[in-house]
Amino acid sequence: MPRGLRAAGPLWRIATLLVALGVLAPVASLAWLALGADLSHWAHLLQFVLPQAALNTALLLAGVGTVVLVIGTGCAWLVSSCDFPGRRVLHWALLLPLAMPTYIVAFVYLDLLHPIGPVQGAIRWMLGYDSPRQFRLPDLRSMGGAVFVLGVVLYPYVYMTARAMFMTQPAHLMEAARTLGEGRFGAFRRVALPLARPAIAVGLSLALLETLNDIGASEFLGIQTLTVAVYTTWITRSDLAGAAQIACAMLLVVIALVLLERHGRRHQRFGSAQRMRAMQPRPLHGMAAWMATIAASVPVLVGFVAPAAYLVWESIKRLQLGHGISRGLVTSLGNTIALALGVTVLAVAVGLVVAWTARSHASAPNPARWQARAATLGYALPGTVLAIGLLTPALAVDARVAGWLGLPGLPLMALGMVLVVACVIRFLAMPVGGIEAGLARIPPALEQAARLLGENATGTLRRVHLPLLQPAIGASALLVFVDAMKELPATLLLRPANFDTLATWLYAEAARGTYEEGALAALAIVAAGLLPVVLLARTQFRQAPATGHQNPHP
Amino acid sequence: MTDRRRATGRSTLRALSLFATTACLAAAVLPAHAADELTLYTTREPGLIQPLLTAFTATTKIQVNTVFVKDGLLERVKAEGARSPADVLMTVDVGNLLDLVDGGVTQPVKSAALESAIPANLRGTDGQWFALSMRARVLYADKGLKLGAFRYEDLADPKWKGKVCIRAGQHPYNTALVASLIAHDGEAKAEQWLRGVKANLARKATGGDRDVARDILGGICDIGLANSYYVGQMKSSKEGSDARKWGDAIQVVRPTFANGKSGGTHVNISGAAVAKNAPQRANAVKLLEFLVSDSAQSLYAQANYEYPVRKGVALDPIIGQTIGELKVDPLPLTEIAKYRKQASALVDKVGFDR
Amino acid sequence: MTAALHIQDLQLGYDGARGLHTVVDGFSLELDTGRIGCLLGPSGCGKTTVLRAIAGFEPVRAGRIELGGVLLSAPGTHRPPEQRRVGMMFQEYALFPHLTAAQNVGFGLRRATAAERHARVDAMLTLVGLAEAGSRFPHELSGGQQQRIALARALAPAPALLLLDEPFSNLDGATRERLTAEVRDILQQAGQTAMLVTHNEREAQVMADRIGTMHNGRLSRWV
Repeated sequence: MPRGLRAAGPLWRIATLLVALGVLAPVASLAWLALGADLSHWAHLLQFVLPQAALNTALLLAGVGTVVLVIGTGCAWLVSSCDFPGRRVLHWALLLPLAMPTYIVAFVYLDLLHPIGPVQGAIRWMLGYDSPRQFRLPDLRSMGGAVFVLGVVLYPYVYMTARAMFMTQPAHLMEAARTLGEGRFGAFRRVALPLARPAIAVGLSLALLETLNDIGASEFLGIQTLTVAVYTTWITRSDLAGAAQIACAMLLVVIALVLLERHGRRHQRFGSAQRMRAMQPRPLHGMAAWMATIAASVPVLVGFVAPAAYLVWESIKRLQLGHGISRGLVTSLGNTIALALGVTVLAVAVGLVVAWTARSHASAPNPARWQARAATLGYALPGTVLAIGLLTPALAVDARVAGWLGLPGLPLMALGMVLVVACVIRFLAMPVGGIEAGLARIPPALEQAARLLGENATGTLRRVHLPLLQPAIGASALLVFVDAMKELPATLLLRPANFDTLATWLYAEAARGTYEEGALAALAIVAAGLLPVVLLARTQFRQAPATGHQNPHP
Repeated sequence: MTDRRRATGRSTLRALSLFATTACLAAAVLPAHAADELTLYTTREPGLIQPLLTAFTATTKIQVNTVFVKDGLLERVKAEGARSPADVLMTVDVGNLLDLVDGGVTQPVKSAALESAIPANLRGTDGQWFALSMRARVLYADKGLKLGAFRYEDLADPKWKGKVCIRAGQHPYNTALVASLIAHDGEAKAEQWLRGVKANLARKATGGDRDVARDILGGICDIGLANSYYVGQMKSSKEGSDARKWGDAIQVVRPTFANGKSGGTHVNISGAAVAKNAPQRANAVKLLEFLVSDSAQSLYAQANYEYPVRKGVALDPIIGQTIGELKVDPLPLTEIAKYRKQASALVDKVGFDR
Repeated sequence: MTAALHIQDLQLGYDGARGLHTVVDGFSLELDTGRIGCLLGPSGCGKTTVLRAIAGFEPVRAGRIELGGVLLSAPGTHRPPEQRRVGMMFQEYALFPHLTAAQNVGFGLRRATAAERHARVDAMLTLVGLAEAGSRFPHELSGGQQQRIALARALAPAPALLLLDEPFSNLDGATRERLTAEVRDILQQAGQTAMLVTHNEREAQVMADRIGTMHNGRLSRWV
């Protein structure tokens, strides 16, 4: 066989190359836009806008990073090594905040913690004050508030990867450490934690990328981050080129984060042929047990239960005031699900093509690997930035296609195809990474056996790999679905006429300041995103270690 | 060998048929161009303009397809180029509207109806843009405060230290006001004013206009600037709702400029223009003419609590009672637009939003 | 400092679906200081469970385990593994993949000064014949080499008792023979009390001073 066992056919390679170029197109277009600026703007930005925005972003990343590391790793360890009341529910419930978009949590807590809100009202009642003018807690609209809001919603990224790692940690390593004189905490610190570091690094970089991407929460809470600066420079300073320049600067931060993740994973070794026996959780008793339950419940309560309860309450209030559920909301729900489904199907299919083409063996590195890395770049681009960058090339293509087919107007845009493509670019990292990790865990001997039994490359993919990849594909699909449902900035810019998703509906209400009308839409987003998260939790944590480890950035 | 060729052949066939199906579906789904249609690109929240559009369709039988583009209206229309399906472009803030004209995506319109309904200072001289409604930037204050006449410049007075709430300085509603201050008082004084207000802030300059009312109720601040239509919205909400509580906690004062000769209040507009490559130009003009008609302008006043541009249209009673008849600051809107970039730069320089 | 092992009437089990499921019952043995004992039996007979109970990873239902006069386990008393001074060699080697061979060996010597630790690690590596392999990572070593490092690591803190849980079953025939003899020599020279668990009779005969046969949770002979 002249090409060797691993190389994929030419059709696959061309397709992958096109995908990589497609993802790089918005970045290139952004760079081109950035170069089109006149430097007088740049001087102003450099003096008054960039340094402060960069500092704020750095502080926010540091703060959120610390919070998610502590909560995510701590809870993952607690749930893996100890048994306490409620553990069975908590170990997947800790994933629930994934269903909460950051912008929703921000405005929920703004309401909950407002001086005339329920929490401060209760505190005043207990302390005997009548009016908020007599007693008030510090405002949530600060860096501390932003770190709190984002940390409490993004910790599941670290929790998920850390927990998966701790679950498959060979028990005998921990026992060896115990026989060498380390107590439980010492064994955790010197053995379990370093071994889990690659996985934790992945989770941390995902959480930080989400922080970087966030615009809703930062805007509501008054934090001028780089993303907010991109946005305001474009919109209120009417300086698209300046915005593109800041966006390019953000890419540097993104690259730094990706490098950080790689550095964290540099010693990652897949499990050897050792027999993997997971740790048995140690039962806790009495006070310690209840404290463990409380410690593991707090993130769930703060990150999911409280905001969800608030949304339900506000929705009931709105329904009671006689407004009812408008037809527009129902249509938005349908649109949201349709969009998310379309994006998921396309992203997983494309991800499969890219991952399959880029497979390589340690001894025979595949030149197509850079294409796989390029294909995952989209996740790092904030939605707004991606949308601006995509607009020009996408519409140029649209016009060409319309010309060939003899159709009027801009058909791809009208069909929502441009929006779908933008979302696929944004979320491609998850299927590519997950399927790559899944492929790496399939022993080459299986493929060799199939080929020797007369099956060709595509047939092997279909009959051997695909069935074994089901968990990886399933997990990626769920993650893409949840994220696509929450997506906001790209949708706002690229949607066709008469098309609303739940997120844009909610944002329109929030833009008017009629938050309570947005509660229903917010609740619908969270509810619709809940089912995939629960399914994800169930499948993730029942995996046999051999095929299931979800790893978006291998 | 044959197996592989057959397999490739089969998958190619499948791909082709998939493409063909999609193309057919596309042709079927894309609406055939009917003569009774119109595409509107707008940055105004759908809830606000839907009643107007429904009334338009009822009267003229023209179907309106709306694309709500929260931001990037200019970029989107520009990128769409000659094939853009947009007929009417609608937005708020005179700066945004004039950006559309400067961006070359509008076309001039000659219409007697439009010219007679809209005062000359509220439309472009060559018919490239038209204001459809006005909103004043007014002072919300705690009900218990005793306030006489208030000038915008007073907001920077140190006696209000720690008592002022306002939304982000970079928000177009505020930069337009700062631009007016530059036009009235000069750039140096405007910068001083910004610094003074920043020193008086009770909390970060962020959130929306209604948060000013909410924060006044919550005791965080005593006064703030916000748009006039929210007053109507809040005070007309159902008894017992949050919005009603906020509305009932405030009194409203129409500020003036210290240098303003006729004591007028700063206003901004919502407006529209006909897109340069509008496929349905005639329908587009019909929509604009409808929007300045008596019935539509009444809707603007009653349903949206805005100030109509057409003379003689009655205000909503709540607006009439709480805010009163509007005396518009005579500064031409084009002046405001001229100074907007400077205003935005000043806000950055002072670090107002930090 | 090695010591003698006393086990008396040991009962081990777990709570199953239908009440207490006993794995080991009425198990008693004595192992003198410096001797190598062996529990021989087919898989599932409970021998590994006994080993894990001695190490402190299984709770004791009845009976006692004493080492050098110190009570390690009894119903109601359980000394944590890290305080038992019991070392262990695992079937899967259990070397820490993120540490070098030398770091592995020095893992249990945290309380020593850096100089002391360095000296002890060198001594242990020389003892097992891998003095130059200190800076290599486990995945760079062969199975036999890894198991030697595991031995060095377990012996470094001078445990009172060394447990060996089928340490040679993952190795191929020739290596296994060689390593078995070497390990026995090392242990005998050091006078280390040790308990081996295996299903391989030949191994038991080469290594052990006393052999016990286990079947269905009971010890039948101890000679």
